[in-house]
Amino acid sequence: MPVPILKQNSTLIASIVSALSDQDLVEFRDDLARKIGTHRAKGVVIDVTAIDVLDSFATRTLRGIAYAARLRGARTVIVGIQPSVAFAMVQLGLDLAGIDTALDLEEGLAILARTRA
Amino acid sequence: MTDAVRIAIERDIDIVSARQAGRTLAQQIGFTSTEQTLIATAISEVARNIVVYAKFGEIELAPAHDDGRDGILVIARDRGPGIADVALALRDGYSTKRSLGMGLPGARRLMDDFDIQSLVGRGTTVTMKKWRR
Repeated sequence: MPVPILKQNSTLIASIVSALSDQDLVEFRDDLARKIGTHRAKGVVIDVTAIDVLDSFATRTLRGIAYAARLRGARTVIVGIQPSVAFAMVQLGLDLAGIDTALDLEEGLAILARTRA
Repeated sequence: MTDAVRIAIERDIDIVSARQAGRTLAQQIGFTSTEQTLIATAISEVARNIVVYAKFGEIELAPAHDDGRDGILVIARDRGPGIADVALALRDGYSTKRSLGMGLPGARRLMDDFDIQSLVGRGTTVTMKKWRR
């Protein structure tokens, strides 16, 4: 299932609405990297509120997306990591070092607005 | 209501099916929502190991009982290449593929009981349990 990517000014907003297979995640990564270029985006918000499991593969892919976006000139904020998902990630020994996270979409957009001001 | 289920693992989408079935069973057994997530995440890691290393295998999920305790049993079985050095495979950051090497050690931390039997050329069986608090 493809991840919808919306554009708001110079920000791309991607809301992951259902569980993604590894293949879906990889396609999302490629799609987003391309859209950063076509929309000349300066910021990306990835909303993972609906995600109930972020395992080592998903975390690594999200990290890769954020690093690749930075290399393409856009800053990424990952929002909506559920409490139990955060807990599982800590126990797995995973982190999102160097990547901005925020509680929800509103907060994520505020972080991007602040850094551009 | 809480019967054993088996999920064939052949493609990456089966990883999602296995962890969703695990969450459903964990919920029926009475695990909290946070515990369901830990169990589903552990299932995701061992199911991915099957897809990445063995290509084919299965995940078996069943209720577990021991000394008045209720829990969940997860068995991941494959007839893949096996693991030559199990102790090494359980070390954080060790991987023979391009993964983080967090799968097996991570799954072990998420569950209460963890056992791995592997024979080179014959396959691998990971047996894990988590008990209700």
